[in-house]
Amino acid sequence: MSLDTNYEGRNPVVRLERVAKTYKIGKLEVAAVKGITLDIPAHRFSMIVGPSGSGKSTLLNLIGCIDKPSSGHVEVCGESVGELSDNAVTDFRARNIGFIFQSFNLVPVLTAHENVEYPLLLVGAPLAERRRRTIEMLAAVGLTEQANQRPNELSGGQKQRVAIARALVKGAQLILADEPTANLDTQTGASIINLMRQAQNKFNTSFIFSTHDPQLMSHADEIFSIRDGELVKHEARRST
Amino acid sequence: MILLGKIAFRNILRNRRRSAMTGAAVAVGALALLVFGSFTTYLFASFHTTLVQQIGHLTVYRQGYFLFGAGNPTGYSIGDYEKVMGTISNDPALHPLLNVVTPTQSLVGIAGNFESGNDTAKTFLGIGLLPADRDRMRQWNEFGAGRVYPPDLRLSEDDDTRGLVGRGVARILGLCAALKMEDCPSPPPSPTQIADSAGSLDADIAGLSQSEIGSSNEGNGMPRLDLISATASGAPNVVSLSVAGSEPWGAKENDDNIITMHLKLAQQLVYGRSERKVTGIEIQLARSEDIDLARHRLVELFKANNLDLEVRDFGERTPFFGQALSLFRSIFVFISLIIGIVVLFAVVNTMTMNVMERTTEIGTLRAMGVRRHGVRLQFLIEGAMVGALGASFGLICAVVIVTLINQAGLTWIPPTNVTPVPLLLDLFGQPELLLGTWIGLVAVATGAALVPANRAAKLPVVDALRHV
Repeated sequence: MSLDTNYEGRNPVVRLERVAKTYKIGKLEVAAVKGITLDIPAHRFSMIVGPSGSGKSTLLNLIGCIDKPSSGHVEVCGESVGELSDNAVTDFRARNIGFIFQSFNLVPVLTAHENVEYPLLLVGAPLAERRRRTIEMLAAVGLTEQANQRPNELSGGQKQRVAIARALVKGAQLILADEPTANLDTQTGASIINLMRQAQNKFNTSFIFSTHDPQLMSHADEIFSIRDGELVKHEARRST
Repeated sequence: MILLGKIAFRNILRNRRRSAMTGAAVAVGALALLVFGSFTTYLFASFHTTLVQQIGHLTVYRQGYFLFGAGNPTGYSIGDYEKVMGTISNDPALHPLLNVVTPTQSLVGIAGNFESGNDTAKTFLGIGLLPADRDRMRQWNEFGAGRVYPPDLRLSEDDDTRGLVGRGVARILGLCAALKMEDCPSPPPSPTQIADSAGSLDADIAGLSQSEIGSSNEGNGMPRLDLISATASGAPNVVSLSVAGSEPWGAKENDDNIITMHLKLAQQLVYGRSERKVTGIEIQLARSEDIDLARHRLVELFKANNLDLEVRDFGERTPFFGQALSLFRSIFVFISLIIGIVVLFAVVNTMTMNVMERTTEIGTLRAMGVRRHGVRLQFLIEGAMVGALGASFGLICAVVIVTLINQAGLTWIPPTNVTPVPLLLDLFGQPELLLGTWIGLVAVATGAALVPANRAAKLPVVDALRHV
């Protein structure tokens, strides 16, 4: 199914053309994504929503270049990623995409500072710059005091703040967040959403979420509704 | 790389018990290899020292003596041996390498004790030597792994009739009481009396001995043996030996057969009144590492002087040395293999569990932009680090244990030796053993981490992130 998601005059941050993803479970083939075509605009708070098992996480994985489509064309930040080698697509992720996970996924043996600094090491940033940007980013998420604490010494909200800082620190064009508020209480979830919104405005980054959290959806600029692996609805809530 | 090392080290600390168990396996392996390795090296050094004290590093023979000389020892003797010794000792290249250059005469014969009605006789292997040179050779202790003997005053340069018999020779020939030997039973009465003819032979030998040497060694209070052998011309010859004492030999066949005597007496027995020769010239070097150099130079020297001589080292003269060396090397290799396998499985097990526990972390890192190689490297560093920590701890333990053993004043009797020598393990003098063990174990631990590391690197990112 194809809906009108074409943004004339603007380069979308993500462009999918007839993208399908099929998994094999034993002899059974399960189609998680069924030929979706869509454009996601840059510099927006975009949400992929749908019930559990609708294929939103699979779609997010394909956009995040951590999974390959069974068919179709994926273009992220202007790069056709389907043609890239594993190392090239890994380097592409390191430069252009930041991830925020539902379970925070911080490296448990590294401090908050080191977790945030890690992506900068991957893009070869010099030491002084790494230090400056890490400190700035930790300050931006309000964790200056917790810089030397390890994840097990942080609360859920603080962990997600570190994860946000980690995703933003390298200046990624695209931040992907898979159910970022699912493991947080309502109040903390709201503060995290506000933080991400502020970060999106401040750093002019594109955020794409997969969620079914109404609280998060209320902040969306664009909502892409997925059901049974198909795009069933596109709603642009705020004009760019 | 620094961050990878930091993550590896912290993960080792994070799983303290598991890391400690794996590190302990590596440490025990290192400890076993180092202590056994240093003991083996000490054993070789001790055995080496004993042999070099007895027969020197190199022996010069007439060409063919080593292979065929036993059938015709006098035919393969070295004539004008003092000149040959002078050529060796005065050679500018050899001189600084030498410790002792001494002639030796081997012989076989029959020794009889016909005094005090003993009437016993047996074949013997004779060694003729210069007592002063023997004393100097027995001072050699390059590795500190042997016993330094005080001068043996029982043999004398001034009295060439004196000799020492193996303890077995003394027992068989009924010299125990005369030599005041402990734990040495006197022979029981012979079950059958020796025939009259044999008795007359004894009398003949005794008489021959008396006529050959007169009474030069009478009156020194020592028991006397009559030694009979064939001279170079094939005629029977007899000398009288004053037995100054007994000496133990490590092997029973040596103990029961060897008689050590002054070179002059041996020469008198073998050559009679003809030219005095020797069967070999033994060379003891200051340092064992010069064996090849000295041997090469000796061959050059003999060729330049048209001397029909060959050189054999102590290993060739004593094949048991090489066999023992091979045996212990084989045991060491076997133990190393076993330890290597234990370490391999311990590290594989630990790293596999680490990979399983950290699958989500691996997925996260890959999503963030860490290449497959980066993930592989991460786990390889952890394997190497566990190996390095374990091997280092094992090395420290080995140093402590070796120091305790060395300070305990333990002694032991090495093969072919009969007197105890101090057990002094040398660990610090073996950098190749220390480094080899450490590097080997770290390499095994790193290699063992390769399989789980590869598995981690090949994990699909999505599957890794989904892992619970």
